[in-house]
Amino acid sequence: MRRWRYFGYRLLLAVPVIFGILILNFFLIRLAPGDAASVLAGESGAATPEYTELLRQKFGLDRPMPEQFIAYITAALHFDLGFSFRNDSPVLDLILERLGPTLLLMSTAFTMALALGTLLGLLAAVARNTWRDAAISVATLICYATPGFWLGLMLIVVFSLTLGWLPTSGFENIAEGYEGWERVRDIALHLVMPAMALGLFYLALYTRVMRASMLEQTGMDYVVTARAKGQTETRIVFGHMLRNAFLPVLTMAGVQAGNLIGGSIVVETVFGWPGVGTLAFTALQSRDLNLLLGIFFISACIVVAINLIVELLYVLLDPRIQA
Amino acid sequence: MPDGLRRFARNRMAVLGAIVIAIIVLVSILAPFLYPKGAFSLAGQPLQPPSLQFPLGTDALGRDVAAGVAEGARTSLLIGIAAALSAVIFGAVIGGIAGYYRGTVDIVLMRVTEFFQTIPAFLLAMLLVVILSPSLLSVIIAIAVVSWPGIARLVRGEFVALGGREFILASLGLGASGPRIIFRHLLPNCLSAIITVGSLLVATAILLETGLAFLGLGDPNIMSWGLQISAGRVSLRTAWWVCTFPGIAILLTVLSINLVGDGLNEALNPRLRER
Repeated sequence: MRRWRYFGYRLLLAVPVIFGILILNFFLIRLAPGDAASVLAGESGAATPEYTELLRQKFGLDRPMPEQFIAYITAALHFDLGFSFRNDSPVLDLILERLGPTLLLMSTAFTMALALGTLLGLLAAVARNTWRDAAISVATLICYATPGFWLGLMLIVVFSLTLGWLPTSGFENIAEGYEGWERVRDIALHLVMPAMALGLFYLALYTRVMRASMLEQTGMDYVVTARAKGQTETRIVFGHMLRNAFLPVLTMAGVQAGNLIGGSIVVETVFGWPGVGTLAFTALQSRDLNLLLGIFFISACIVVAINLIVELLYVLLDPRIQA
Repeated sequence: MPDGLRRFARNRMAVLGAIVIAIIVLVSILAPFLYPKGAFSLAGQPLQPPSLQFPLGTDALGRDVAAGVAEGARTSLLIGIAAALSAVIFGAVIGGIAGYYRGTVDIVLMRVTEFFQTIPAFLLAMLLVVILSPSLLSVIIAIAVVSWPGIARLVRGEFVALGGREFILASLGLGASGPRIIFRHLLPNCLSAIITVGSLLVATAILLETGLAFLGLGDPNIMSWGLQISAGRVSLRTAWWVCTFPGIAILLTVLSINLVGDGLNEALNPRLRER
C-alpha cells in the first residue's frame, strides 16, 4: 500500500512541472522582439489585422501583465492552445491529429532500444574483457556519437536508393489502398528506418548503463550467496542479477524521455513521417510561434506521462520503494 | 596532475581521440588558408563526385564540400566549446549555491534544475533560437540553457559530500569566509569531476548544434556541418557524398571527444577505475 502512496506522491510532483512549462511559455512569447500579438500570429504580414486584434483581445495583451498571465494560464488549462493562422486550424487539433504516428515511432524506437540495450549490456558484462565485450563497446561508442538525422539519411541511401528494400519516406503507401494486415505490414515497413535512426543512440546509451550496472552487481552478497548455493550461472544472471541491474537503466530511460521527443523531430523531418515533429518543422519554417509553443507544451506533458509510467514500473519492479 | 596525465596516456583509445581532435582543430585553423575563397563560393561544376581536384566532391551549387567540412569544424568546435563552457559556469554557480547554503535555497534551486532536466531540451533550444532569431550567439545561448542542469546537480552533490569533511570543518573553525571556503577548498576538490563532465558536454553540444543547423536554425552566414547536410538532402538520390562527409566529420568529432572524456574520467577519478 505504501508503494502506491509513493506513486501518488510522484503524480502530485508532475503538477508543478506542467505549471512551470506554462510560465516558461508565457515568458518566451514576451522574450520575442516586437508586439506579442504579431509574434503569436506568425511571421509579420501573414495574419490579417483583424486576427491580430482578436489575439490581442483574447490574451488581454492590452491589460497589465498579471492579468495577461492569468488569462493565458486559464486558457491553457482548458487545453485552449490558440489558433494557428497558417494552418487555419486550432493548435490542439493540429497536434492531436499528428500525435498517433509520433507515439508509434517513439514507442517502437524506445522499446527496441530498451530491450536490445539491456540484452547487449548484459552480454557484454557477462563476457567482460573478451572480444565480444570489446566489439559491443566499440559499436556502442560509434552509435553514441552518430547524429540521428544523418544516420537516417545514410539508411535511406543504403536501404532505399541502393538496395530498394524499404520505402524512402512517409507513413504508408496510400495509393495502394491496403487494408487490414496488409496495411499493418506496409506501415511497419515504413517504420523500420525512422525507428532505427531514432533508437540507435538510446540503444547505445542503455547498453552502456546496463553493462556498468551488471558489473556493479557482480560482487554483491546475494550473487555470492546464489553461487554458493550451487546455482547455474544462467540462473544467477537471469534470475537474480537482471532485475536488480535493470533499475538504473530504467532511471536513465525516464531521464532521457525528453530527449527522445527532440530526436523524433529531426528524424521525422528526414523521413517525412507525418507526426508532431514534421508539424514542428513546418511551424519552424513559417515561424508559427504559437504552434511551436503548443507543441512544446504537449511534448512536455508526454514526457511527464512517460516519467510516471517509468515510476510505476519502478514501483512494480523494486518492492523496497516506499513513501 | 602529471600522475593523471600518465594514466591518461596509458589509455590508447583516449590518446587516439586526442590526436583526432588535434587534427580537427588544425584543419579548422588552416581552413581560411586552404580555402581562401570560403565555403560559400562557387568552386566548380555542381554535383561532381569525389575526385583529385575535389576530394569530397561538390554540392548542388558547385561549392566544394571539403571547404565546407573544414569551415564547419570551426563552427562546431566554437559553438560546442562556448556553449559547454557557459553551461559549466552557470551550472557550477547554481549547484554551488544550492550545495553550500542548503535549506530552502537548495530545495528551490534543485526543483528548478529538475524542471529543466525534464522538459524536452531540443524543443526548448529550438524555441529559443527561433525567438532570438538564428545567429551564432543565439545558438550558443540556447544550447547552454538546456545543458547546465547536469553540472548543477554534480556540483551540488560534490559540495554536499565535501561539506561535512574535516578539512572544511577545520577551515570553518579557523573563521574562513564563505567565498574562501567555496573557491579555495570546495571548488578545487570537485574540479576533476567538472572537467570530465564538461568535456562530455562539448560532445552533446555539438550534436545539438548540428541538429539545430540541420533544421535551418543555424547562423545562415556561417558554414556548418548541419547546414551542409540539410542542403545536401535534396540531391541525396544523385549525390550521396554531399551529406555523407559532413556527417562523418560530426561522428569523428563527437566520438573523439567522448573518448577523451572517458579517458579523463579514468585518469582524474581513479576511484572509478575498477569498472
